Formats: sequence, C-alpha cells, structure tokens
Amino acid sequence: MINRLSTYLYLRPRLILLLLLLPPLIWFLVVYIGALIIMLVNSFFYLDGFTGQVVHQFTLQTYAKLLIPTNLQIFFRTTLMALTVTIACIIIAFPLSYYMARFASPRMKTFLYLAVTLPLWSSYVVRVYSWKLILAQEGIISWFARLLHVDGLLTWYLSSKLLGGPSLAVSVTGIFLVFVYIWLPYMILPIQTALERVPKSLIEASGDLGANPAQTFRNVILPLAFPGVIAGSIFTFSLTLGDFIVPSLFGNSSFFIGKAVLTYQGTSGNIPLAAAFTMGPIVIMITYLLIARKLGAFNAL
Amino acid sequence: MLFKKTIPSSGEQAPWYLKLSAIAALLFLHIPLLLIFLYAFTTDVSGYTFPPPGLTLKWIPRALENPEMQAALLLTLKVAVLATTTALILGTLAASAVYRFNFFGRETISFMLVLPLALPGIVTGIAIRSAISLLDIPFSFWTIVIGHATFCVVVVYNNVLARFRRSSGSMVEASMDLGANSFQTFWHVIFPNIGTALLAGAILAFSLSFDEVIVTTFTAGLQQTLPIWMYSQMLRPRNRPVTNVTAMLVVLITALPILYAQRITASTSESEGGSK
Amino acid sequence: MSDQVAVEFKDVSRVFSIQQENQAGSVRAVDHVSLQIQDGEFFSLLGPSGSGKTTCLRMIAGFDRPSDGEILLYGKDVSRLPPYERDVNTVFQDYALFPHMSVGENIAYGLMIKKVAETERNKRVDEMMDLVRLPGFAGRKPAQLSGGQRQRVALARALINHPKVLLLDEPLGALDLKLRQQMQVELKFIQQRVGITFIFVTHDQEEALTMSDRIAVFSQGKIEQVGTPAEIYEHPTTSFVAGFVGVSNLVSGEVAKRITGSEATFSVRPEKIHLATANDKVESDMFSADGKVRDVIYLGLYTRYLVELDGGGDLVVVEQNLKTTSMDVMKIKNQNIRLFWKKEHMRYLGDQK
Repeated sequence: MINRLSTYLYLRPRLILLLLLLPPLIWFLVVYIGALIIMLVNSFFYLDGFTGQVVHQFTLQTYAKLLIPTNLQIFFRTTLMALTVTIACIIIAFPLSYYMARFASPRMKTFLYLAVTLPLWSSYVVRVYSWKLILAQEGIISWFARLLHVDGLLTWYLSSKLLGGPSLAVSVTGIFLVFVYIWLPYMILPIQTALERVPKSLIEASGDLGANPAQTFRNVILPLAFPGVIAGSIFTFSLTLGDFIVPSLFGNSSFFIGKAVLTYQGTSGNIPLAAAFTMGPIVIMITYLLIARKLGAFNAL
Repeated sequence: MLFKKTIPSSGEQAPWYLKLSAIAALLFLHIPLLLIFLYAFTTDVSGYTFPPPGLTLKWIPRALENPEMQAALLLTLKVAVLATTTALILGTLAASAVYRFNFFGRETISFMLVLPLALPGIVTGIAIRSAISLLDIPFSFWTIVIGHATFCVVVVYNNVLARFRRSSGSMVEASMDLGANSFQTFWHVIFPNIGTALLAGAILAFSLSFDEVIVTTFTAGLQQTLPIWMYSQMLRPRNRPVTNVTAMLVVLITALPILYAQRITASTSESEGGSK
Repeated sequence: MSDQVAVEFKDVSRVFSIQQENQAGSVRAVDHVSLQIQDGEFFSLLGPSGSGKTTCLRMIAGFDRPSDGEILLYGKDVSRLPPYERDVNTVFQDYALFPHMSVGENIAYGLMIKKVAETERNKRVDEMMDLVRLPGFAGRKPAQLSGGQRQRVALARALINHPKVLLLDEPLGALDLKLRQQMQVELKFIQQRVGITFIFVTHDQEEALTMSDRIAVFSQGKIEQVGTPAEIYEHPTTSFVAGFVGVSNLVSGEVAKRITGSEATFSVRPEKIHLATANDKVESDMFSADGKVRDVIYLGLYTRYLVELDGGGDLVVVEQNLKTTSMDVMKIKNQNIRLFWKKEHMRYLGDQK
C-alpha cells in the first residue's frame, strides 16, 4: 500500500533526488543548454554566398566577418549605448533607491515598492510604445518645448550628427531615453535592496567615530551599496546589448547587435553569422557576470 | 565633545534635493504609462497629438472587435497558460531538490535556471532557433511554448525556494513524526505551505510569458502573439487609437495580477509556526 | 515505572561523511553508544553542542539512521522504520507548528492522519488543551501565540497520540528564564501524570538536574556517565562530567600532593569547601589548603569566592550568606585564607585531565 511505497522512497533519498531533479534537468539540458551548444556550433559554420545554404564545415571565416569595420562598429555602438544607459540609470535610480531604503516609512516603502515594480511588470511593448507617442513631433515633448520657447534649441540639437536625427522619435537620443526609461526599475530595486541591508548601526557607528554625513556616505554607504549597483547594471547592460525592438522603432538604419542578429538569421538565413554575432553579447555578459560575482553582486539579487 | 551630525535614520526627514530627485524619478517612471491611458480616449485620429483635442470612448469597442487583435490575444493566453503550467511543475521540482538535498552541482542548477533570463533575450531566441532549424522542426505554437516555459521556470523556482527557506525546517519531520507518510506529508503540510508561493510564481510567470516579445520573435512561425501584433502595429502606424486602447488593456491585464501576487507573497512572510 | 526497557541503544554509532573543499572526511557524531532507558523514566541527554545527544534523539525518532549498532524500542529493532511507523513523538526545538493550520488542527494532526472520527478528535483535543493549560485556544493560528504558548501546543500535539515515548529536543531553549523554570516544573508534572517515558535533550545542566530521574552525560559522541542527578553531581567519574555539571575544581600534580599527599587528580564541589575562620579547627577527616582570595562575587543567596592556592591553581568556593552582609564579604578580598573540606566530599577522578 501507499505506506510501503512511501517507506521505500524514504529509505532511498537518492532516488527521491533523482525523481525530483531529472525532469527539470533534462528539460534544461536539452532545450536550453543543447540549443546554446548548437548555436555555438553553428557559429563555426558558414553561409555559402552562392547557394544560400549553410555549409556544415568547421571554419573561422564567419568569425572573421565579425572583424570587418561595419560589424565592429555595430559592437562598439551597442556597447557604448549599453554603457551610457547603465550610467544614466544609476544616476537617476540612486536617489530614489536611497530614499526608499533609508527614509521611507514602512507604508511609504510598500507604496514605493509597488510604484516601482508596476512599470516593471507592465507590458514592455506598451512602455516602449508610449515613448513613440511622447517623442512624436506632435507629441508632448515638442509641445513642452514650444511652451518653453526652446523648440529652436530642440531643432538645433536634432540636427547634430551624433546625437540627433530627423526627429526625436528617430534619433540616438530617442533610443537612449527609451532604454533608460525601460530599464530603470531593474536598477532601482537591487540598489534599494543593497542599501536596505546596510544596518543602521553601521551608520550610527560611523557618526559616532567622527565622520560627517558626506564622509559616512562615501566611506560606509556607497561601498556597501556597490554590489547592488553592479547587480542592477547587469540587467541594464545585458538588456541593452540584446534589444532590437527599441533601435528598430526609434533608430535609423544604423544597426545594433540585436537588430543585426535578427536580420541575419531572418531574411538572409545567415544563421552562422547571427550565431557569431550573438556570441559577442554572451562573452561580454559572462565576463561581466564573473566580475560581478567577484564583487559580491549576487548577494544583492 | 563636539556636536556630531549623523546621517538621519529612517523616520527623520530627508534632504529636499533627495526628495526632489526621488519624485522626479517616480514621475519619469509613470508619466508615459499615464499618457497611454490618456491617449486611449483621445478624439484625435492620429492618436498622439498633445494636448488631446477631446476625449471619447469610441476606440474601445473598435479595439475589442478587431479580429487580428482577438486572435493574437487568444494565442497569447494559450501560450501563457501552458508555459506557466510547465514552469510550475519544473520549477517546484527543482526547488524541492535544491532545498532538500545537498548534491554535487547544486549552485550550478540555480545558475543554469536563471540564464534564460540573465542572458539577453536574443541569445535564448537565436539559440532555440538554431536548434530548431538544425533539427528541422517546424515552427509552431509548441516552439513558442517551449521557449516561454524555459525562461519562466526560474521565476517559479525562486519563489518556491524562498518560501521553503522561510519555513520551519522541522515541519516535514514533525508531520512524519505524527504518523503521516511522505505523500500525506506533501498533501497536508508541504503543499499548503508553498501554495501562495506557487500562486505568486504562477502570476509572475504568466505575466512574463504574456508580455514577452524578443524570444517569441525567434521561435514563432507565422503566429502572432499579442505583443508581436502590437509591435507590428507600431512599425506601421495605421490605427494608433486602437493600438492605444489595446496597450491600456494589456497593462491592466498584466500589471494588476502582479500587484496581487506581491501582496500575497509579502503577507505570508510573517505567518510562521516556529519559535522565531 | 515498570521494569521494561523503553529504549535501548546497542553499540550505536553514527558517522557523517563531510565534503570540505578538496578533502573528504568523516565525523563520528555518535561513537559506540550503549544505553538503556526504563519505561516511565524522565531521562535526560545532557551535553554541550556537538556532543551527539541530538543525533541520538533523532535516531530514536527515526529522522536519522545509525551507521552501526541497533536501536530497540520496547525490544523491537526500529532501525529501518520510518518515523511515521514508530510509536514515538517529538517536541521540536523550533516547535515546528504548521502555520497554515489552527492550533486545534495542529494538535489533532496525528489523529487526523489516523482517521480518528471528528467528535472523538475534538474531545481529545480539548482534553489536551486542558492538560497544557491552553483552554479555548483551538481557533487561533500559531502566529498569534507567544513562544511559551507555541511550545505547549507542540507538546499537546505530540502527547495526544499517546506515544510510548516522548522525545523533547531542547524545547525550553527559546524561553526566558522565568518561563523556562515554570515550564520545567510543568513538564515534570505532566510526565508524572501521563506516565510515559520522556527523553529530554538539553545542554543546560541545571535543567537536567531539576527534571530528570536519570541523566546521560555526552561528550564528543560518547557517553561519559549515566546516573541519577545526585550521582552525577556528587560522584562524577570523569573530569569532563565534573566540569560540565557544576564547577569541577580540579586539582592535580604538585599542588594536589601538598594537600592530599598524592599527585592524583581530585575534584571537590565549591559548596563543600569552607573558608576557615579563627575558631575553626581542621579535623583529621578533613583536608586543608592555603591560598589568597582573588575575587569575591556577591549573588544574593550566596557568595562565590575565587581562591588562588599557594603553589598554583584556583578553587571556587561557594558559601551561603547566612550571617554576613555584602559589605562584610567584600572585606575578605586579597586576604590570605585557609580552606578546608571533608575528605569524603572529595572525588578522585579516574582519568588525568
């Protein structure tokens, strides 16, 4: 009867472990790890320009293609964007996180926590879309600029080669703004968690030993909040590296990594190149993750 | 002794510049969404003129009756339900194994489960896509589900594992001590205890799947989930007001359950039966 | 208390293999333990943390299995039986109450599993709640109870199943002092009323002395001594027991020779030593030692003195404050003093150190 089966299992804990672990393990090894390996293998194949078929032969020529200037530019552009977005997120997020962790009453804290996570869980597509409306020429920013009589400034800014574009909605600045907006909650929460973990007694001890608030902030709070900053940056960096939606909606024809991958595997069927491209973000992210782990960021997640 | 100024601890007032920056950040986060809600009612056909010339409800039935939108919505719901169910099973199994047993490679499991979310979406997307094309599997509803389930597992896993860790370790032993075998213990003690964690995990996984667009782009064939449909609408601005309404509805469908999920996860962290 | 042996350990060992970094090793948590616990006894397993007492308890309950040896429950070998098939119940250190069930449902859990009818269940739950003095609490949730109340619910939950043996794993550890002392009395009372065997694990020697019929003192996986509280306290057989239960006051070597004539290690309890006044005469059935009072601690009921012996070593002396006030006892600090005690109050210890 059931008791016997239960006892049978009870006396064999290893069997229970196997039964528990096997389904998820098999799923992940097959679906995910296996797919990653296949992608890696694919990156060592190449696309025959004439036949349009993928040739299953080991070669490094696809990787070589990554090194041509256009592609290097793509990497550079995307990484630079990821970096600036990360820094901007840190700057905007920190005051809010700090307030949430140190000054908010418990009720206010719950409210703020919900206020921050609500956008996080609202549809990504919707949030991106909202900026399409905001940045449009008849949209709110232009209206605001006209109101403040700075619309001339805006036009001049848009004409600048590096940061501008035909309109705010199609410009590097536009892309930048949208990225910062989308990923901001991902930065706020880890920083807030890390700050919250700083025991009040440490701050009081610092003051007791003679440090003024600024020194306490620099010497005690900031270093302890640092893992949270790193944790948040993992998200902002990783998400920016791989995104193709935002550059497509707000960018001109210049490619970002995500867009490149999508195009190559889609229309041209050049899966090897797409795979090789994808290895870029993977390598960058894994390096980043390893460094972050060393710096203790995983404790703040 | 010199008067020492200390950092104000919670309960005291924050400096004005801090409050201002915090408020600014909050506004930055929320105004765009509020604008969408506003634009869902605008009379302006282009859909985004500011300020809106007038307000109307006429777009709402138009959006709801759009057959493309309905098909996309249905597909998205089906995918989300299946992906969530799969994630619930796999996530709970994995969390139980990791919590209960100490085995070789335990930390690697947590790491592996979080990879689909930690690595950029295109990685998961292109990886699964390469596998699919190499093995010559047709793209279909099921390939979407498989992709979604894979990154949803970790959400359930984290929730259930956290719940396990917060519960009294001796509860299972207590139950067995009182005469219940493993199955009875699971049914009477373990399952009720992780109930709220399962619910929260399910809601999170559902939202994640409902909203996902990057991996789905790579793993879908001709099917369109709702986010993909909305994205295609955005690329070709034809019917902005309808898109606005759809956007508003999507926010309501995904965001509200999340808030609920967070409330129940928070409330169970106090009800413990232990000596602490 | 009948003559039956409730629980018997026959040369039981429990070895854990541990993996640390690159080396594997093993820990003998329980090392060749043999023990007999009588039916109806209040028996304590006493020892510091890591001494193996909790592991032994868990093996009786069934949460752990011996690597070697046998464990018998009323003559039956239970080593392969899971916990739910042993007629034994446990009160856990963290109480382990089920948070999603009410107090009443918690207590009735064992009966519910055995499919006892609801009316019968409720009746017995009410009886139990009276026994542990929590009447009317059935509807509440564990989260609403204080530590002491939760503890009593855990006790009721275990006792309601009428187990042959009740195991208690340091149940009073989380309570404050007054509550703990109160519960000690209550537990003893309940045990005597219900009449079953209680096996009690604790690291608090005072607790063990208060409640037990017999005590087994554990150290590093082995049993150092088994006996009644008086036996353990007055006649410790090893220096560990002498030191763990009460203050040991060990003297050995040269210093011992000066006092007793032999270098053998001896132990004498602090309350058995007296500070000699001018009128005291050291009789022939006494030993005496000279020293200097290094420290005086006034504790209300008694005063504790730390005396440094001429020749090295310390002795702790405790005397009731029958006549003196605190001011008076302080005067004796840093004075030379002579100590004496009856030879029969001394124990020579079998082991050195």
